[in-house]
Amino acid sequence: MKQFIAFVKKEFFHVLRDRRTLLILFGMPIAQILIFGFALTNEVKDSEILVVDYAKDDASQQIIAEIAASRYFDIRNAALTHKEILSTFQKGKIKAVVVFPSDFNRDLLHNNQAQIQIITDATDINTANMITNYLTAIIKDYQTKINENLTIPYQIIPETRMLYNPQLKGAHGFVPGVMALVLMLVSVMMTAISIVREKEMGTMEILLVSPFKPVLVIFAKAFPYLILSLINVAAILFLSVFALELPIKGSLLLLFGESTLFIITCLALGIFISIKTDSQQIAMLISLMGMLLPTMMFSGFLFPIENMPVPLQVISNIIPSKWFYIIVKSIMIKGLGIAALWKETLILAGMTLFLLAISLKSFKIRLQ
Amino acid sequence: MRTLRFLLRKEFRQIFRDKAILTLIFFMPVIQFIIMPLAADYEVRNVNLSVVDNDKSTYSQKLISKVIASGYFKLQGYNSSFKEAFQLIESDKADLILEIPHGFERNLIRETKQKLFVAVNAINGTKANLGGAYLSTIIGNFNADIRMQLIQQPRFSQFPVIEVVASNWFNPVLNYKVFIVPGILAILVTMIGGFLTALNIVKEKEVGTIEQINVTPIKKHIFILGKLIPFWVLAMIVFTIGLILARLIYGIVPIGSLLVLYVFIAIYLLTVLGFGLLVSTFCDTQQQAMFIMFFFMMLFILLGGLFTSIDSMPYWAKLITRINPVRYMIEVMRMVILKGSGFQDVLPQMAIVSLMAVILNGWAILNYKKTN
Repeated sequence: MKQFIAFVKKEFFHVLRDRRTLLILFGMPIAQILIFGFALTNEVKDSEILVVDYAKDDASQQIIAEIAASRYFDIRNAALTHKEILSTFQKGKIKAVVVFPSDFNRDLLHNNQAQIQIITDATDINTANMITNYLTAIIKDYQTKINENLTIPYQIIPETRMLYNPQLKGAHGFVPGVMALVLMLVSVMMTAISIVREKEMGTMEILLVSPFKPVLVIFAKAFPYLILSLINVAAILFLSVFALELPIKGSLLLLFGESTLFIITCLALGIFISIKTDSQQIAMLISLMGMLLPTMMFSGFLFPIENMPVPLQVISNIIPSKWFYIIVKSIMIKGLGIAALWKETLILAGMTLFLLAISLKSFKIRLQ
Repeated sequence: MRTLRFLLRKEFRQIFRDKAILTLIFFMPVIQFIIMPLAADYEVRNVNLSVVDNDKSTYSQKLISKVIASGYFKLQGYNSSFKEAFQLIESDKADLILEIPHGFERNLIRETKQKLFVAVNAINGTKANLGGAYLSTIIGNFNADIRMQLIQQPRFSQFPVIEVVASNWFNPVLNYKVFIVPGILAILVTMIGGFLTALNIVKEKEVGTIEQINVTPIKKHIFILGKLIPFWVLAMIVFTIGLILARLIYGIVPIGSLLVLYVFIAIYLLTVLGFGLLVSTFCDTQQQAMFIMFFFMMLFILLGGLFTSIDSMPYWAKLITRINPVRYMIEVMRMVILKGSGFQDVLPQMAIVSLMAVILNGWAILNYKKTN
């Protein structure tokens, strides 16, 4: 035990001495939480749209004014033919075109029916969908307004309540996601690289012939990263509460407990990678190229997992950050306790044990 | 020139000798490119719906079957109370709750006005927004049907009605793959080019071989070129494989000219590689280089406009996206491949990326000299 502590101390000094890496280690997650917490949102605002008003009558002008007043759109007025619409789309900036046919108001007044055409750039499907929805809602509002004096019979009015996130802030979904992503990659890469580095430089051999148990060498190397990652968790939570105004509804202690578990899972994965590889370059490429995109995609914070084809849904289960994302979201935003999360917790614990077991097994083989 | 040729031969040999790295360069991106688009599906369907029907009337039944028939929603079950349904939301088994109040049908007919309650799990913004919007539309249509049944409609609409006709250009069936595939290809090519170059020079530093090169009469820019060209070639090959796969697997054929695409990607890669080189001149260990690249890659990718729209970002984040090369790459990929934009349309992006390439590579060469 005394030996172990001495070894951990040595590793700590090792990590702390490298100021630049330390700066990266702490600065990076903090910068990322702030940037992504504020910048990422699934909302659509300030979309540049083009209004082509062939009518230029009262009704069309009023609707355009309503559209302009909403924060969703930036209007560019233009008189265009359909051919020119194509070329504006090809130049890139415009997301949608709203066309008022001539005689818009006349049709509305005399036939009680008029048409508005919305053309969207559907290369970006979500934006296209949302723009159509927002525009339709604005137009429907206008319609209700002109019908104000008429009572419409048999009306069903849906009242919508947004649970957990009434202001529809992006941070509610993204902060737990970025947290899972950053912790995962930092812990995995750091451990994997620091162990492989010793191998590459040949210093590992020296450690292995020492009377110190090889397994403890590995654990001692991983330990400082556990502490550093926990400090990162604290910093991230501090920022999300005070800068991003995200609540922590559940138990802080539970959140830290689960974070510790998740970090250990990642460290175990890092150890596993380090045992299987011989050069830093390969360890890094595996942990970065092989893990950055999959963790982003399969955690569930960017894309709903239930939309994926079944085989991929199955694959997503082996991504630890998926489970951690669910846990963080549930504790922070929904305020749930361990009773609701025991399954996810057990899965993470199981993964950790499995990774450690196979790492230790292949580690022994290497020594013989 | 001769020195450059020898250098290149050496670099290529080094790359091809390491089978593990070679597999990583080609195999991993290809696998990811095949799998990722299947996972990246934002299309809102299968929104999990829980229904609390307190009325159990003909109308409420009709409404519910209409909602389910729309194909967007998956009924998770009927719940006897809102509280019970809320538990489904808590455990992520439901995204939406539709609560039909007691006396829905009676009130609607007697008082000709009735409320319905919809609760949305709003942690996931997109699903909330779109799912809620679809549900309202369906309720609206149901409402119109009811009205039609209950009152004899005159030939012309009694109330002014504005009909919204929406048409989606460039991707009329709203196929999500078409949207995501070019973006993912852009990101994969960026990662390969960036990571490999960043690691390469630092590795020579760490191992000490860079000293040996520094004492030879090789000119700095020749040395940098020798490092740059092999990875440029590799990334171009990966890009080409990606384009072929996009065509074979997803049936995405570029509408615009391939020449425009390749001219752009050629310049763009210089920017990315230049960035990698610059990072490597700043770092002493591969670990540092990797972390810095990781930081910037995450920024580039998440602020690249692929996953969330740049328009909706706050002003300062928009400023960051202006110096994000990945953003321009994704824009141009979509423009040329999906919309058929021509050389003139992508000229602004090309100019910016070229400028970045000059600055980054110039800076890398200057900075490299300093370490000497």
